Amino acid sequence: MNLRALLRMLGPALGLIATWVLFAALTGSSFTSWSNQQLMLLQTAVVGTAAVGATWIIVAGGIDLSVGSTIALGTMVIALLVREFNTPWLACAAGVASGAAIGALIGALVIGELVRVVTLAAAVALGGWMARAHGVGSGIGVALALLGLGLVVHWRWPARVPLSPFIVTLGLWGALRGLAKGLGGNQPVYADAPQSMRAMERLRELMYVGDTGPFAWLPPGVWILAALALLAGLAMRFTVFGRHVFAIGSNEETARLCGLRVERTKLCVYALGVACAGVAAVLQLSYLSMGDPTTAQGYELKVIAAVVIGGASLSGGQGSITGTLIGALIMTVVDNGCTQLGLDNWVQELVTGAIIVAAVVLDRIRQRAEPA
Amino acid sequence: MSTSPAPRLRMRGIEKRFGATLALAGVELELRPGELLALVGENGAGKSTLMKVLAGALQADAGEMLLDGARYAPRSPIEARRAGVAMIYQELSLAPHLTVAENVLLGAEPRRGPVVDSAAAARRARAALARVGRAELPLTRRVSELGIADRQLVEIARAVALDARVLVLDEPTSSLAKDDVARLFGLLRSLREHGTSIVYISHVLEELFAVAERATVLRDGRTIETLDLARATPGRLVAAMVGRDVSELYPRSAAVAGEVLASVRQLSGARAPRDATLEIRRGEVLGIAGLIGAGRTEFLRALFGLDRVAGGELRVMGLAGPRTPRERWRSGVGFASEDRKREGLALERPIAENLCLPRLERLARGAWLTPAALDSGAARWIEELGVKCSGPRQPVGRLSGGNQQKVALARLLFADVDLLLLDEPTRGVDVGAKAEIYRLIDELARVREPRKAVVVVSSYLPELFGICDSIAVMERGVLHAPRAVDEIDEHDVLLQAAGGVA
Repeated sequence: MNLRALLRMLGPALGLIATWVLFAALTGSSFTSWSNQQLMLLQTAVVGTAAVGATWIIVAGGIDLSVGSTIALGTMVIALLVREFNTPWLACAAGVASGAAIGALIGALVIGELVRVVTLAAAVALGGWMARAHGVGSGIGVALALLGLGLVVHWRWPARVPLSPFIVTLGLWGALRGLAKGLGGNQPVYADAPQSMRAMERLRELMYVGDTGPFAWLPPGVWILAALALLAGLAMRFTVFGRHVFAIGSNEETARLCGLRVERTKLCVYALGVACAGVAAVLQLSYLSMGDPTTAQGYELKVIAAVVIGGASLSGGQGSITGTLIGALIMTVVDNGCTQLGLDNWVQELVTGAIIVAAVVLDRIRQRAEPA
Repeated sequence: MSTSPAPRLRMRGIEKRFGATLALAGVELELRPGELLALVGENGAGKSTLMKVLAGALQADAGEMLLDGARYAPRSPIEARRAGVAMIYQELSLAPHLTVAENVLLGAEPRRGPVVDSAAAARRARAALARVGRAELPLTRRVSELGIADRQLVEIARAVALDARVLVLDEPTSSLAKDDVARLFGLLRSLREHGTSIVYISHVLEELFAVAERATVLRDGRTIETLDLARATPGRLVAAMVGRDVSELYPRSAAVAGEVLASVRQLSGARAPRDATLEIRRGEVLGIAGLIGAGRTEFLRALFGLDRVAGGELRVMGLAGPRTPRERWRSGVGFASEDRKREGLALERPIAENLCLPRLERLARGAWLTPAALDSGAARWIEELGVKCSGPRQPVGRLSGGNQQKVALARLLFADVDLLLLDEPTRGVDVGAKAEIYRLIDELARVREPRKAVVVVSSYLPELFGICDSIAVMERGVLHAPRAVDEIDEHDVLLQAAGGVA
């Protein structure tokens, strides 16, 4: 590895160390204590997990502005299932699956499968409504009829209608938040019966330091983030799929010319990337011990900021999981340090904003220093 | 140096360093008033860097520039423009959503207070367009609706509107049709009569001898010499550029045609081609000539599966019917695009990734692909084609045009295809790299076993006649039957391309 590549990788890390040392010098032992390190890692878990997925999406040349809403919706889905069926882990799996489904929806719209998405959505919605109102049979009938109609439309008019991911996820940013609120009738969802309260208690343990083993050292949530990041990072750097994603993000036309399955790959990236937001929803629910439709507001920007501070390019084709993790940690350190200093929230926000801009400026300068 | 008139521009001892590489190592250049000076050299010789220094996009580390005797050291392109030095880039720098008039006057809008004086603006834009011979161009038309030739004229009109004393043109004819080239040359003559000095960069030697009287040759960041083109021969000029004799530009080994690799019958696409029938055999180099927009690129794209096939039959490498690019690569067909930046290469990504992209799985173990495997897969071809780079991980966008093109072609060799579809394979490539590409094509089709089939689309006829066995002409979407190169001449091809009877 040459010096420049090393610097590029170490740049964000040096930033993290500098920020940490700065706050350590300003605050002292309350900041440097091990329990505070545990706390900071815990505070990074939700945004970090979602940011791992977002890194893939951004490297592929996309963007997801609906992460916060996806997380909120995920907490609602999990909490409702916990309350209904008292099964914590199945509910979590459903939370992750809801993320993957949302990702698949975003991906399908981005690659232009508008007709299929609309007919599928109409079939599910109208079919479900008919099933409730007039019995299961008529519901299935209506759904099949609509799907058939969709097939005919798609056959007569096979052109794809690709949409910008910015617009698609801006729409979902609002729509998913609305759906989350609708699911709970505008209210948070708590576990109310003894059984479901026990199930919720199990989930709470994800975000607490345990008694024995590795969980006594760091809570399970942090380990989940670490495992997910390791997996995603290895896949990004050492698989054919990873190279394809970089190529598509850098120049989609080149990827197409080289015979890559651009649409399929993008769909996969969105499904897997937003599934990470589903995992983040599990951690967020564990942290809150309830489903909250108004939680994780503004997380989409925190997530994007983490990815960008980590050296990714918003025009795609560049980025790394390591960088993203460091980016997420830098933001936590600033938040935590400012709190320890007793600074107001607005100072934190100001500093975080400045760091985002500074990170991008530094990256530009570094790139310009290379020969043209 | 004896200078009869005082020079318009003098550059002395210009140096520019990027990290470890010395891009310019003391360049000397002199431009006279009303002169058209050719600036030549292989890619990487430092032409573009030098012109960026002149146009203010880069600042020299050492040396000085004098413009009409006054010290000239622009810190930005805007300063350079204000001083009267304008550059027309290869990739035009117009704002596509703005109108013709807005583009012509961009940054120099006549104002009345804070408001653009639209009457004066129209007058000045009209005058500038008249100077470039396109007075009839509607001022309110959006630039994105114009053809490439008109866009270039708008860009030159912008320089004219600023009363540029020095105009730099970088490969201005690379995407122009023949008529537009002739018109551009006429325009350059009239600009010179008005006293504008022009620096002209081109790889097409015939052009230089037609429009320039002197040529300054750069090699390895140094001025080698300045030749008087009235007395120098093209061979002399090329020798100065490459630093050695280029004995044979177009090598031609004995051709033996083998089995049919692809046959196409009455192929038609969405808009073009309308009717293309063709047979391509192993060991054959087939040229496709035609005017810009005749549908040659679309023909290759339809054949390769990048564009929709509307009708006709095709059978390529044993596969019948239209197929996806993925299937084409896997069955042994490769395509190199005419547009490296937009389509051909992922510029920020490393050379190795670009080179191996169509068949990454060949270097992988299952789904896993290590960077080391990727490097070693690319290394062989980087060496074989002589790509000048710091290593397989260098971003391909940092290479010179010729080396980028070599990477784009190496991709087809790595994928080990039997049928090579090359769209303008030497566009924006210097003479040295051109010669290497011609030799490569000859070797692939006629020497090295197993021999391959090569289809070359080119707008440069001497090249087609130099390397191909036969040439087919595309005329408004219709592909005419190919004819052997020794039975026709350039005149026949031009006539057929223009729709006359050959």
